[in-house]
Amino acid sequence: MITIEAATQTFKARGGRVHALQDIDLTIGAGEFVAVIGRSGCGKSTLLRLIGGLLKPTGGRVTVAGDRVTTPRRDVAMVFQRPALLPWRSVLDNVLLPVEIFGWSRAQHRRQAQNLLEMTGLGGFAKRLPHELSGGMQQRVSLCRALIQGPKVMLMDEPFSALDALTREELAVELQRIHMELGTTVVFVTHSIQEAVLLADRVAVLSARPGRLRKVIGIDIPRPRSFGHNAHLEEVAGASAELHHLLLAEEGAAHHPA
Amino acid sequence: MATQQSTGSTLTRAWANTALPTLGAILAVALWWLVTVALHIDPFFVPSPADVLDAFMRDPGFMMNETWVTFSRVLIGFGIAVAGGLLIAVLLAASWTVERMTMPLLAAINAVPKVALAPLLLVWMGFGNSPKIVMVVLVSFFPVIVSTMAGLTSTPADLRELGRSLSASWWQTFVKVRLPWALPQIFVGIKVATPLAIIGAVIGEVVSPDHGLGSVIVGSGSSADTPLAFAALVLLAITGVVLFYLIVAIERLLVPWAAAIAS
Ligand SMILES: Nc1ncnc2c1ncn2[C@@H]1O[C@H](COP(=O)(O)OP(=O)(O)OP(=O)(O)O)[C@@H](O)[C@H]1O
Ligand SMILES: [Mg+2]
Repeated sequence: MITIEAATQTFKARGGRVHALQDIDLTIGAGEFVAVIGRSGCGKSTLLRLIGGLLKPTGGRVTVAGDRVTTPRRDVAMVFQRPALLPWRSVLDNVLLPVEIFGWSRAQHRRQAQNLLEMTGLGGFAKRLPHELSGGMQQRVSLCRALIQGPKVMLMDEPFSALDALTREELAVELQRIHMELGTTVVFVTHSIQEAVLLADRVAVLSARPGRLRKVIGIDIPRPRSFGHNAHLEEVAGASAELHHLLLAEEGAAHHPA
Repeated sequence: MATQQSTGSTLTRAWANTALPTLGAILAVALWWLVTVALHIDPFFVPSPADVLDAFMRDPGFMMNETWVTFSRVLIGFGIAVAGGLLIAVLLAASWTVERMTMPLLAAINAVPKVALAPLLLVWMGFGNSPKIVMVVLVSFFPVIVSTMAGLTSTPADLRELGRSLSASWWQTFVKVRLPWALPQIFVGIKVATPLAIIGAVIGEVVSPDHGLGSVIVGSGSSADTPLAFAALVLLAITGVVLFYLIVAIERLLVPWAAAIAS
């Protein structure tokens, strides 16, 4: 579904060039859930913006569904760290924003928007304004807004990191359910090892400056997975330990430019 | 505001919104009256509230008519200033080149003392309504432009990114995101401009008196009728308050969400 070949991104900043990403190679299959993890500033958001067509790579290429990405596509939806809702629009109208911008029929998507809200437990809040909702509910709305595009690919940039721990877990479990139900390909940037292990089929670990793909590890735990009690504590512990090790050992690795 | 809405009942809000300002006004008038009486001030210098009321009651129809003349000049001029200011601001926000070219010019025009222009307007447009309305426009358009520009350029990064990720066109982004986002700030500019608009109308009427409260003040000066001048001033002040709250009402109607966001 997504191929990233030797993708390199450098920014011209005030203090010279910033090598945000260097020679990233990654192929993501249809329906796969890939988590991207790494330290702050290692280029996770940049990678997502490349896939989303918000940035053109300075080197290499990115394709989605076989086409080279040059601009944002309608079948690729983004969810950001902050809900980015329009405060003057009701919850329902916020969900319908992409429909309006794409010039699709509002009437035809209304039902679907309502269904999505019900699926995320917001059925009764369609007429409310965003500020009347909690942070977790707002992020659910932005998830619905992404889903109404009927995306083949969802790009999520630390979507739960601004929420409290309990809401985070709740939403992560919900996202897993939605992913199992819809089979959308997901690229999910996170700082949380726990989240990555719960959600991902594979976890891509990035190292910093320049951002390189350090390792991709597979998480072979059957779904549905859950936090805390489950029958695969050993696998969870093993994967978590490996990720911890990769992230912490990074300091040493970063000093050896290849 | 929002805390009051959530904690206070409708009754306490009505009390806070109408009774308290009324009480404040009554206290101010009482104080004014007390000072004039207690200090035996000559009504020629500062008339008491009763003198002012007398002056008004000599010919209330005439006074109300002059008030209306000034008010309508303010409304027309202010309407033009707001519409024009919005339009100019949108053009400036749409094009970086246009902004760089014209912003200094607009600031320069705004820096010219408008009073100094009044005699020129008289030469160009003669007597009647137009020079007064033009003065209102000149005095009040700039805050609208500045606030609209500020509002249009303050769209949060995450909303801009959202628009980009949906490949929204410039126009779609403008209508669906930037303009609504700018509305609260636009209203700040409009509220700043309201008293200016009234001042503009009065400048116009003082320089070429025909009708309106400014003309009444000029006339009262030549007949040494200070209470009449004060009556005109009070009517101007009331006009200002009415206009201000008219705009607040429109704001509540158009951006009911703004108060909730601000808190
Ligand atoms: N538009 C830009 N101009 C210049 N430098 C940039 C730009 N965007 C990102 N960078 C730089 O590229 C590097 C990677 O940024 P990026 O936002 O992708 O990191 P990140 O992994 O998402 O970090 P975080 O976990 O804090 O969100 C950083 O050093 C950042 O300063
Ligand atoms: Mg980031």
